[in-house]
Amino acid sequence: MIGGEAGKMALYQAVLDNEKALLDEWVKEQIGAFSRQGAIRETELRQQCETFLRLFVQAIRDGNTTDLRTPEWEAVLRFLSDVSSSRGEQGFSPSETATFVFSFKRPLFTALGKAHQDDGKALADAVWEATAILDRLGLHTMDVYLKTRETIIARQQEDMLELSTPVVSLAEGILALPVIGTLDSARTQVVMESLLQRIVETGSTQAIIDITGVPTVDTLVAQHLLKTVTAARLMGADCLISGIRPQIAQTIVHLGVELGNVTTKATLASAFAVALDRQGMKIVRSKPQA
Amino acid sequence: MATMIVRSTETLPIRAEADVVMVRQKARAVATEAGLGLVDVTKLVTATSELARNALIYGGGGTALIESLQDGIRKGVRLTFEDQGPGIPDIEKAMTDGYTSGSGMGLGLSGAKRLSNDFSIHSVVGQGTRVMIARWK
Ligand SMILES: Nc1ncnc2c1ncn2[C@@H]1O[C@H](COP(=O)(O)OP(=O)(O)O)[C@@H](O)[C@H]1O
Ligand SMILES: [Mg+2]
Repeated sequence: MIGGEAGKMALYQAVLDNEKALLDEWVKEQIGAFSRQGAIRETELRQQCETFLRLFVQAIRDGNTTDLRTPEWEAVLRFLSDVSSSRGEQGFSPSETATFVFSFKRPLFTALGKAHQDDGKALADAVWEATAILDRLGLHTMDVYLKTRETIIARQQEDMLELSTPVVSLAEGILALPVIGTLDSARTQVVMESLLQRIVETGSTQAIIDITGVPTVDTLVAQHLLKTVTAARLMGADCLISGIRPQIAQTIVHLGVELGNVTTKATLASAFAVALDRQGMKIVRSKPQA
Repeated sequence: MATMIVRSTETLPIRAEADVVMVRQKARAVATEAGLGLVDVTKLVTATSELARNALIYGGGGTALIESLQDGIRKGVRLTFEDQGPGIPDIEKAMTDGYTSGSGMGLGLSGAKRLSNDFSIHSVVGQGTRVMIARWK
């Protein structure tokens, strides 16, 4: 086997003997690799590198280098997980994150080269050993990075679900739901439920669903809208659908969808006027027009 | 007859609800780029939505091929939806307004035909379904 115990010891000794130089070189390498100025503070980076080096040396000394899932490597992996997920949180790119581990190769190989100037075999062993370990550590940082990004995306999607369903009260007894974005199945459910819930909470009798911000109205969207109208009616509220732009109106007709006895209006303002009228209210000018 | 030129082509997967949104967005971009007016773009995108969702729900997923076409001085967009699902045993019935084997409105296929200038459907039971639509400027 290449590497092995000899490679491991050579690696350990080289890191130990060159700690200061390694650290300087490694930090310099990374600062150079960051395209964005000030993406990371040098003091913070230096600290991260110091910690890694300390844990790395310990793990090589105590642990076995063929299997990184052993307890000796736990501290190294955990530390890399922290670095990786914090970079993922801060919006670092995948390569900016992977750089942490991979940029350590050059300084480390230089140190190994110095330590084994006269022994080609020992140098090859040590370089092999180092490459094998760093590659696996690099992959580990990518795994963690991806998981972090996935978590962020899932969280943002959830935020969107909630954020995009603001049911607003326009006047006594009149609610409006301005829907913005794609009415795909998951979201529609949330949107419609929140409207029905607010109808109950406020005892409203008029609900305006404004679809100005919905780019596509297909049969699925129409079906969801009609279901909501029916449910709202059962709860004692009349629904109006507004924001039906001319091109959408034409498309719905060709599609063959009939919105039946639902009141539809081109604009939210005209739907509001209808709702006010049904409530026996109207808007009056309190001062003559200027 | 002038020969038809395919100006660009792209194949997108349809494996999840989010892919339906992607296909729609891409169809909108290509149709707009081809110079179709707002009403035509909206019609094409809506038909796209219906057929992509059919491929997903009934076909168990598939692909959408989006082509930008030039036929003489006419520009247009053609979409081909393909799946390897169960196929449609009775196309005439499936094309009937209001017919659904699921819980839809039964207006997707017939509506997509009305919204398009060209429409063709080919389906083999046990093998899959291919629906092609085009809209011209
Ligand atoms: N890609 C497909 N594969 C198999 N069956 C399909 C496919 N597309 C449509 N169908 C059948 O045709 C019927 C009508 O489709 P459609 O008009 O879109 O209405 P809906 O989607 O509301 O059922 C469907 O219910 C289904 O049985
Ligand atoms: Mg359908």
